[in-house]
Amino acid sequence: MQGFSDLVAFFEDSSLADAIRENDVLFPSIESVHVLAICLVVGSIMAVDLRLLGIASVKRPVSAITRGILPLTWGAFVVAAASGFLMFISNATKYLGNDYFVAKLCLIAAAGLNMLVFHFISAGNQPRWDAQARLPISARLAGGISMLLWIAVVACGRWIGFTMEAG
Amino acid sequence: MTGAIVGDFAKWLGSTSLSHAIQTAGWIIPALQTIHILGIAVLFFSAVIVDLRLWGVLERDVALRNVARRFLPVIWPTVLVLLLTGSFLIIGEPRRSLLNSAFYLKMALLAFALVLTVILQWSLSAVPEFWEKDRGRRIAGRFAATLSILAWCSIIFAGRWIAYTQVG
Repeated sequence: MQGFSDLVAFFEDSSLADAIRENDVLFPSIESVHVLAICLVVGSIMAVDLRLLGIASVKRPVSAITRGILPLTWGAFVVAAASGFLMFISNATKYLGNDYFVAKLCLIAAAGLNMLVFHFISAGNQPRWDAQARLPISARLAGGISMLLWIAVVACGRWIGFTMEAG
Repeated sequence: MTGAIVGDFAKWLGSTSLSHAIQTAGWIIPALQTIHILGIAVLFFSAVIVDLRLWGVLERDVALRNVARRFLPVIWPTVLVLLLTGSFLIIGEPRRSLLNSAFYLKMALLAFALVLTVILQWSLSAVPEFWEKDRGRRIAGRFAATLSILAWCSIIFAGRWIAYTQVG
């Protein structure tokens, strides 16, 4: 753990973190980029989830939707993670002590795990159900879980803002 | 003059029992903001995917009209949800937005973005090839798409800025 707290201190004490803390415009700008990127991540993932659930875009094969949308999701995720990291280092110790921040990271990890599990379980027989409107239960379950997890991620993100003391 | 009227209105709104209820229960405002952001996510993505199709970046194997038909109609009920959650946020903290230029900038940009959406939706349902007929139309389509993306991004920026430019 010593190594981790050293690393956190290194970032928190950096001149970059200092600039984000001290500058009036920098933090809100980074936060706006973060919200923008999260909106794209969540919006695009929901489009895929709704397809998996059989609610939207049911005439299009799942693979066509993921091929078209997921590059956008990943691009936006990189931006969201980078902007999130910049906000984090401006006040790292306080963020790490915030339950909603820790919960948000865990929920994102869970969403990633859900995606991986679905990918590896279904990869073999996806060609069989790819074009079906009503998908097997494993696919619907993955879509539903993903949706709930991302809603919770957004909620935690918003709650961080209300539970971090100013300054 | 108008500033005083808006100020009085904000003061009155803040004194209503509904406003008090929203202020006192600490979870209501973050919950409303969460729904608001989820709504923006749905709306923003739906608009952007059509804009990127106009640019020929995404979903090129589907006709522009079909992409528009799948995603643009989603925008309208979502706008309703956003107006509703937004209204309750204003009732809860009237001064935060009503006395804030970032809020009015956001509303002006929203009006612009929605007009653009209506134009896209109507043109494509009337003439499927409207934005693809010739080179000029394709360039116009990309121009409209760029305006749309910029408008929605600015709306999100202005929205976040409301929190930082509130008076008192």
